[in-house]
Amino acid sequence: MREGRPLAFYALAAVFGLFALFLYGPMITIIVLSFQGPTGGLTFPMHGVSTHWFMSLWGGLGVVDIWAAFGRSLRLGLAVMVLTVVISLLAGYAFRRGFRGASLVFYAAVASLIVPSIIVSLGIGVQFRLLDAAIKWTAEALGLAAFTESFATSAGTFTSGLGVHLTWTLPFGLLIMFAVFNRFDPRYEEAARDLGATPWQTFRHVVLPLIAPSLVGIALFGFTLSWDEAARSSQALGSDQNTLPLELTGLTTTVTNPEIYALGTVTTTVSFAVIVVSLLLFRTLSRRQARGR
Amino acid sequence: MSDGGAGGTVLLRPSAVPATTGVGVWLRRLASRAAAPYWQAAPLALVFAFFFVLPLVVTVVVSLWRYNEYSITPALVGDNYASVFSGCLAELPSLCLTFKTYVSTLKFCVLAWALTLLLGFTLAYFLTFHVRSLTGQMTLFLICTIPFWTSNVIRMISWVPLLGRNGLVNSFLISAGLTREPLTWLLFSDFSVVLAFVHLYTMFMIVPIFNSMSRIDRALLEAARDAGASGWQALWNVVVPLSKPGIVIGSIFVVTMVMGDYVTIGVMGGQQIASAGKVIQVQLSYLQFPLAAANAVVLLAVVLMVIAAMTRLVDVRKEL
Repeated sequence: MREGRPLAFYALAAVFGLFALFLYGPMITIIVLSFQGPTGGLTFPMHGVSTHWFMSLWGGLGVVDIWAAFGRSLRLGLAVMVLTVVISLLAGYAFRRGFRGASLVFYAAVASLIVPSIIVSLGIGVQFRLLDAAIKWTAEALGLAAFTESFATSAGTFTSGLGVHLTWTLPFGLLIMFAVFNRFDPRYEEAARDLGATPWQTFRHVVLPLIAPSLVGIALFGFTLSWDEAARSSQALGSDQNTLPLELTGLTTTVTNPEIYALGTVTTTVSFAVIVVSLLLFRTLSRRQARGR
Repeated sequence: MSDGGAGGTVLLRPSAVPATTGVGVWLRRLASRAAAPYWQAAPLALVFAFFFVLPLVVTVVVSLWRYNEYSITPALVGDNYASVFSGCLAELPSLCLTFKTYVSTLKFCVLAWALTLLLGFTLAYFLTFHVRSLTGQMTLFLICTIPFWTSNVIRMISWVPLLGRNGLVNSFLISAGLTREPLTWLLFSDFSVVLAFVHLYTMFMIVPIFNSMSRIDRALLEAARDAGASGWQALWNVVVPLSKPGIVIGSIFVVTMVMGDYVTIGVMGGQQIASAGKVIQVQLSYLQFPLAAANAVVLLAVVLMVIAAMTRLVDVRKEL
């Protein structure tokens, strides 16, 4: 059947196997440990198997309102996902045609990926503080006392939080769009136009079906990167607006029982559900495309 | 992507077709077609302008402000920079706090970079040149990338039951008689920090290097072999140079992420190890915004110098 593999193949395959174990082993460990019995601790051995820690997680984690953070992260992740797909797609079109300042915008996107998260977070945090000061000052100058008293901050999940997550997800979306359009054959569109399709029809019936799998990929990046984002969010959210990863980071120093593993299992399950759905959708769309050809 | 469906299409631009509807409409259409890229790029440009460029400007400006326990006030002073570098010249040759922090951060950069590069290159090489079917490649590639879409913090925490005092590794070592006392340097140490970096960031090396390698013409390798090159010679003289763009991109990712890191060093170092990013985070928790901003500007300058040195080597945009 197959010609003999060189020795290097087996050595490298072993390296790959060990790397996969290195990647997934720890993750599997905490999933197993999250089913620790009620008397069990943070390490092996298992003291029986139970869903005790999930139950206690369901009841909340003391002072931290973990389910509110869960909901906030979920809503934010979905919003970031939709915006990342739409904005990246539009920008992909724009970069294809070219426009003045294109390289400037491109460098901003790459820089946003590379500038340390703590700096972006700090900048947005301070910017919104200054914005709050400006809003209060303006309201006072206009004599809006009621507004000044009730106004706390303009920073929040769907203002500064949404913005800071987009600075992290959009560069990935844009790079994927570049890769998509670099490999895209423009003759499909030209054929559609020759047949009398309007630009919208060309997009809707020709381009969209062809690039749909890649858009699913962008959506996957958009949701998961937002869902797991901690470093950039830290300074950029209003008070009591922490996302799930931020609460989780805080809990690493305070929680000393398997509840934190249970939380890890729940969070990872959400990530995996999104990944599996995306990959299945990606495959379905790619196959439909291949059949239509 | 195959171009089979478009075979035989005459490449006529349709913009030349409807000239019958009058100059006004024609002009308007031209205007809208020319304007399209601008409104299409606008959302992206606005997001980066308001949530990235402006915050950086704010950071630089605020780094020149004064602050006390209660407020920050506009000013144009170098006090914050002076306190970042306080004693740095006077104390030489011994290192001031800032220099020590940067030396420690750079040490993590070098270790993480070397290990992720070695591992990433090896794995990308395996995927490109040893896995023969495309399905096989994609499957193994996905195995490498899926963890990237899960939470970094959880991936860090998951080392605790393995490396802790009573963790799996220690109980194995003790039962195997290799050590009598549990090793304490496995967790909340430099070791665990570097381990976590390798765990989290090797993916950032594999993807770009794999991308570069998959463009290498196999005929070149055959030619090298025909010309009498050994496997290692072909690797070093053909594969490595042609993978350089991927290596550089991956290196930029890993080095900049480690330079500014504070979450990994915080969680895996048991909140005991200093880093350039951690200093900023601690100052922010005391609401010392101008001081934190000055540190951020210094960090940004260091990162930009590192990137400038690396991008000299490759045009990033060509590689997509």
